[in-house]
Amino acid sequence: MTLLLDVRDVTKRYGGVVANDAVSLQVREGEIAGLIGPNGSGKTTLFGAITGAYPVDGGDVIFNGASISHLRVGPIVRQGLARTYQQTRIYGEMTCMENMQISSRASQGNVMSLLRLKARGAQTRAEDLLSFVGLHEKRFEYGGRLSFGQQKLLEFAMALMSEPKLLLLDEPTAGINPTLINGLIDRLQRANKELGVTLLVIEHNMRVIMNLAEHITCLAHGRVLASGTPDEVRNDPRVLDAYLGAQ
Amino acid sequence: MIDPVLDRLRKTPEWLVLVVLGLVSLAAPFIMPGLVTQLAFLWLMVVFAQTWDVLGGQLGYNSFGNVIFFGIGCYATAVMQRDSGLPYFDALTLGLLLSALLALVAALVFGAALLGIRGHYFAIATLGLGIAAGELAAGWDYIGAGSGMSLPLFPGELGSRELFFYFVMLAIAAVCFLTLRWLYGTRFGLAMNAIRDDEDKAEAMGLHTTAIKTVAWAISAVFLGLAGGVAGNMLGFIDPRDVAFSGATFGVWMVLMAILGGKGTLWGPVIGAIVFHITKELFWTYLLGWQRVALGVLIVLIVLFFPQGIMGWLADRRRARAGGAA
Amino acid sequence: MVDNFLLLVQNPNFALDVVLNGLLAGAIFALAAYGMSLVWGVLNIVNIVQGELVVLGGYIAYAALSHGVPAYAALPVSALAMFAIGWGLYYTVIFRVVDKDLFISILATFGLSIVIQQLTNTIFGSDVRSFDTGLGSFYMLDGAVTVAWIKVIAFVLAMVSGGVLWLFLRHARLGQAIRATAQNPRAAHILGINTDRVYAMTYGLNGALCGAAGSLAVMAWTIHPYIGLPYTVRSFMIVVVAGLGNVGGVVVAGLSLGALENVAGFVLGAEYQIAFVFTLMVLILVWRNWRAARRRTYLS
Repeated sequence: MTLLLDVRDVTKRYGGVVANDAVSLQVREGEIAGLIGPNGSGKTTLFGAITGAYPVDGGDVIFNGASISHLRVGPIVRQGLARTYQQTRIYGEMTCMENMQISSRASQGNVMSLLRLKARGAQTRAEDLLSFVGLHEKRFEYGGRLSFGQQKLLEFAMALMSEPKLLLLDEPTAGINPTLINGLIDRLQRANKELGVTLLVIEHNMRVIMNLAEHITCLAHGRVLASGTPDEVRNDPRVLDAYLGAQ
Repeated sequence: MIDPVLDRLRKTPEWLVLVVLGLVSLAAPFIMPGLVTQLAFLWLMVVFAQTWDVLGGQLGYNSFGNVIFFGIGCYATAVMQRDSGLPYFDALTLGLLLSALLALVAALVFGAALLGIRGHYFAIATLGLGIAAGELAAGWDYIGAGSGMSLPLFPGELGSRELFFYFVMLAIAAVCFLTLRWLYGTRFGLAMNAIRDDEDKAEAMGLHTTAIKTVAWAISAVFLGLAGGVAGNMLGFIDPRDVAFSGATFGVWMVLMAILGGKGTLWGPVIGAIVFHITKELFWTYLLGWQRVALGVLIVLIVLFFPQGIMGWLADRRRARAGGAA
Repeated sequence: MVDNFLLLVQNPNFALDVVLNGLLAGAIFALAAYGMSLVWGVLNIVNIVQGELVVLGGYIAYAALSHGVPAYAALPVSALAMFAIGWGLYYTVIFRVVDKDLFISILATFGLSIVIQQLTNTIFGSDVRSFDTGLGSFYMLDGAVTVAWIKVIAFVLAMVSGGVLWLFLRHARLGQAIRATAQNPRAAHILGINTDRVYAMTYGLNGALCGAAGSLAVMAWTIHPYIGLPYTVRSFMIVVVAGLGNVGGVVVAGLSLGALENVAGFVLGAEYQIAFVFTLMVLILVWRNWRAARRRTYLS
């Protein structure tokens, strides 16, 4: 399988604190990759560095064969690299359908293309994806009135609406009702298989990530501690130390 | 007592409302011939409120400086009428085109410079922009500096001037309304709301936020520029600080009318402008010298006690009734 | 314009006169800005009515002086009266906008500024006012530099007023409560601080600072009802450049603005001085935004 994302020695400093210290990781096209690590190990910072939220201090990010580490958020996402946020971000004063419609790939076009009337196809796709995450009966509800878990699902559906090649998910199960987690895992896998979206998932829930990911990278103190298959990572003594030490 | 009326209105198809409003507007100057100028100013107010709401209500960028496009429009038309040497209506037409064009260019330039600034910084930057423009115009001899500019006399017979400008202003307000109505229905409208709700998210979802903001401002600038060109002629005289770049009257009224009617809605600014203008025309003369104090008090009261506006209040009321019934 | 500029370059003594007088005026800007940064930091409100409070303070001092109050008492009288007015404004309007959206507080204080501007205009008239203290001037460099004594005194008093408030905030119990509330209102509330009273005190103290600034402005310079907004914009600009809570920065930025404005007023012509103030503010915001945007672009 070809490499879709290749993070090479990315370093990010905040003042004296090194949040990411020469972090490297690879995501192959079509897989589900996992990113784990104790709190404060630099996972979300790495997401920000990949998606262009702030400048990196060293290293390079290759997406789909081209360097993107000099680009800003907008151009990067338009190449098909989308993300969701740990603290979900949706458009609160717009209905779920409107949230979906404005997240379509076509909405990333220039202003003239936005002035054409809303496309019928996008409408159906929006409804399909809302059913996919189980929010269809909430489609005319304002985003801001949904529960936290529902907002999380909406944000996931919005990300899928933009038809990304690679989707970075920041703790998709945090704040979700435990009884619904299995359903969510199923949806992530179906998004991967049926919609062909490569996933890189930050996750704290070990059970979830071990079942979901084919390949896992573990960060601690801003460095890559271990990487490999779920079994390799699970049995790595350094990973155990990092988690036990952090607790 | 009000609810049945509102329910009836809500069930009326929008096209019917528009047709009735259109007919009333066309007939109004003949029904009330003594009030033609006041009615023309009503349409000016509608343009003010609607164009302010494009950024303020739909995009979440509260501008205190939109009056700058109006002022540019005032002067551009006046200069064309003074210097072109063309017959009255040719000069006026060309002048209005120039007004729209210059306002557009100004919006693109100021948009590029200012629309990256967010929140209260944007509000205060635009406040500064409007006042700076007035002060600069008051010092620029080419446009009459502090003593302003007088506009050429209307060539028609007595009374035809008021009627003519009434219909021009009505046309601008109507085209503005229909344009915005169409705009808010496109994906561009959704994009504006997305930026209002969470601009960082909108950018992270790949929207061309800078272009969207600039185009939105440019659209309101064009209508303000046109309105400025006509308003100068209606008044017959342009003062840099009290007419063209009048932050203390027009500049504040825009914001107030949009909030009064309901920010971020299509009809809110129209309703707000009509309510404000009629109230003002009825009571202003009784306030003898205290008008501006009253305006200040009114701003404070509306902001403190009625920030959701008439449309927001109606929506709350409907929700409360629906909740009570269920 | 160019001639005026050359005049300054070729006559350093004269340039010194312009800059020095500007610096002295800058102390009053700094004082008003200090008040604005206090309100901004503690109540999280951009106080658009700031300049009108300065002007109102000036008129109160002027009225007191014209009724026989001695010049040395004008500042305390005005500061006290403005403290009371600030306190009153808090409990009528400001308390309602403390937790609201910033646009609400901007618009509400903007409305207040129109009210006060028009009231001062109605009560005191629209003439330019100045109170002559009769202190005279002194000359330096063979008369090339003329400085009115009252301007020097105003400069010193502005610095002293600001300094007194700074010491109060550092050491007095109420001052510490104010600083605690600024840092974390909820925690302060839990620890038993009456945050509402702290906000009222802060707004009152800001009023007192504006009263002091206004009384100095009317004695050393001039006031009229429509000069408020420029004071607001100056204060805003100074706070933006200095950063919230940076007292030293406020002083430096205030004095620099005073000097810069006076030079610009001379070079461009006095009729453009206000235009200069507002344009400068817009440019500062654009520049800061441009710099912030550059920090997000990287490597290339």
